[in-house]
Amino acid sequence: MSAPAPSMYSPAARSVAQRLGLTMGRANLEAFADTLLELARDDRRVMAVTSDSRGSGKLGPFGQALPDQLVEVGIAEQNLVGIAAGLAACGKKPFATSPACFLAARALEQVKNDICYSDVPAVVVGISAGVSYGALGSTHHSLHDIAALRAIHNIAIVAPADNAETRDAVRAAAASARPVYLRFGKAAMYDLPAGDGPPFTLGRSRRLREGRDAALISTGETVIHAVLAAALLAGEGIACRVLSMPTIRPLDEEAVRAAGRECGLVLTVEEHSIHGGLGEACAAVLMQGGVAVPFAIVGLPDVDTVTGSQADIFRHYGITMEGLADRVRSMRR
Amino acid sequence: MTSMTRLTDRELARKSIEYRRDALRVIMHAGAGHTGGSLSCLDILNVLYNRVLRISPANWHDLTRDRYVQSKGHSVEALYVVLADKGFFPREAIDTLCQYRSPFIGHPTRKVPGIEMNTGGLGHGLPICVGMAIAAQRDATGTRVFTLLGDGELAEGSNWEGAMAAPHQRLDNLTAIVDHNRLQITGPTREVCSNEPLDAKFAAFGWCVRQVDGHDLVALERAFTEPGPEGVPVCVIADTIKGRGVSFMEGVLKWHHGVPSPEEFARAEAEFERRLAAWEASP
Repeated sequence: MSAPAPSMYSPAARSVAQRLGLTMGRANLEAFADTLLELARDDRRVMAVTSDSRGSGKLGPFGQALPDQLVEVGIAEQNLVGIAAGLAACGKKPFATSPACFLAARALEQVKNDICYSDVPAVVVGISAGVSYGALGSTHHSLHDIAALRAIHNIAIVAPADNAETRDAVRAAAASARPVYLRFGKAAMYDLPAGDGPPFTLGRSRRLREGRDAALISTGETVIHAVLAAALLAGEGIACRVLSMPTIRPLDEEAVRAAGRECGLVLTVEEHSIHGGLGEACAAVLMQGGVAVPFAIVGLPDVDTVTGSQADIFRHYGITMEGLADRVRSMRR
Repeated sequence: MTSMTRLTDRELARKSIEYRRDALRVIMHAGAGHTGGSLSCLDILNVLYNRVLRISPANWHDLTRDRYVQSKGHSVEALYVVLADKGFFPREAIDTLCQYRSPFIGHPTRKVPGIEMNTGGLGHGLPICVGMAIAAQRDATGTRVFTLLGDGELAEGSNWEGAMAAPHQRLDNLTAIVDHNRLQITGPTREVCSNEPLDAKFAAFGWCVRQVDGHDLVALERAFTEPGPEGVPVCVIADTIKGRGVSFMEGVLKWHHGVPSPEEFARAEAEFERRLAAWEASP
């Protein structure tokens, strides 16, 4: 028997989650697949395009229910994206689904030219993003996808934090007349608190906790750790604002500036290289907005990434409740 | 606008001379362009737009119309000239080619009416057209999809991903045309990185391959319109001559993107005049 997979959450983190009343949902990938099938049943223009990624994309049921709306291209990511662009140019709404590591590297030119530059309404779905495939090594990590796509004009970049954000993001992507990149992990995610702002909107952050001592701005599968860290710090009298930033582009710049102005300390968190991702996007907004406050980026540093599971890697680089709480405490000293 | 009336074979032959003369004028005016490849593919474009494609300004917004994606995007001057003739925009518009803020740039973009997809990076057209052909097939629209590939372009691996997928998807509404002029920027394609035998390669991938004289208008039309086997995409390998139509450019490497001097341009114009005079005298 193999050893049980290490948990993403320490016993302390689990008890904080329990205290917050958070319940464990499913993988965002599963919420994506279910939502896509619902959309496709109602609109036959919605299609799934897969590169031998039907299983890993949880799109097996889609293929069984709606075979005419699924295109399997085999292990050929350039072809996957080119075909999706062609479908979109002919009135279809394709969701080209493949591991993020391949989509944003091998097929990057097709994303740039065939989808973004040609401006067709295709959706590029990067699955098992970040270090979801932790132990498979750097070939399968995508720590560059957000950076690469941020430098390419005309594509929204969306990394949902939980199942609810995922469902909303998939619907928003289907309704978008412009290219969209969706980024998902494959771990089961806690359902996050609803927050006090408007529901999910492309280009808007969601405020999950309010506080004025520090702001934690995070995206994708790291948001839960920011929520738990804020809850932990609240017990120490440190009130943190937590922003879920599902849309990295267009970025909710006003929320970033307000976080800096009103909280006086900003920590960004992402499952991506510290170069070119959410953190540097926020840094640019703060600097150019004249908001000079203590600021730090938590993500994957510019080193040969340590091996292990996603949980191991998160722990190694401090993307945990404990790690983030430590960063906030040290920044306040 | 002539798009609705079918040209006679004789009129079609005149178009080829006029298109070539005009493409060279466009390049001369802009001081830039891909001369050799534009001249090699113009008979293909002539037959496509005047005999085969259901594409016109009138049906441009009809999703069920045919599609043409020029994968060898650098030969865009040829496409501009043909699209102007088909009434997509006034001919004078092309004279802004490569000027500040002009939509007429050195590769196709959708900002120009009549252009289907933005191309320029090589190896993109065939996968895009596989997607277009799948859309048409799934909705049974009767749409036919054509792409024009350069033979040097075929070194890009993405072409072969598309080539593998098209027969698997049974895309008999898809035709890939290779402008087989055998020259690329560095030299003869056979010497740079040979892709021969091209016919055997496409056949092995499951395509219906037709090799024709790429300057024989009748043969090209037959190759583009004769139905192939059910479920099998068609690859037309059009044997062409780079720089076709200007004697001193034919098969000469430097005209890949060479722009003629005023003296060379005058010589080329004189050649086109002689060809047109010969056409007038022909039955």
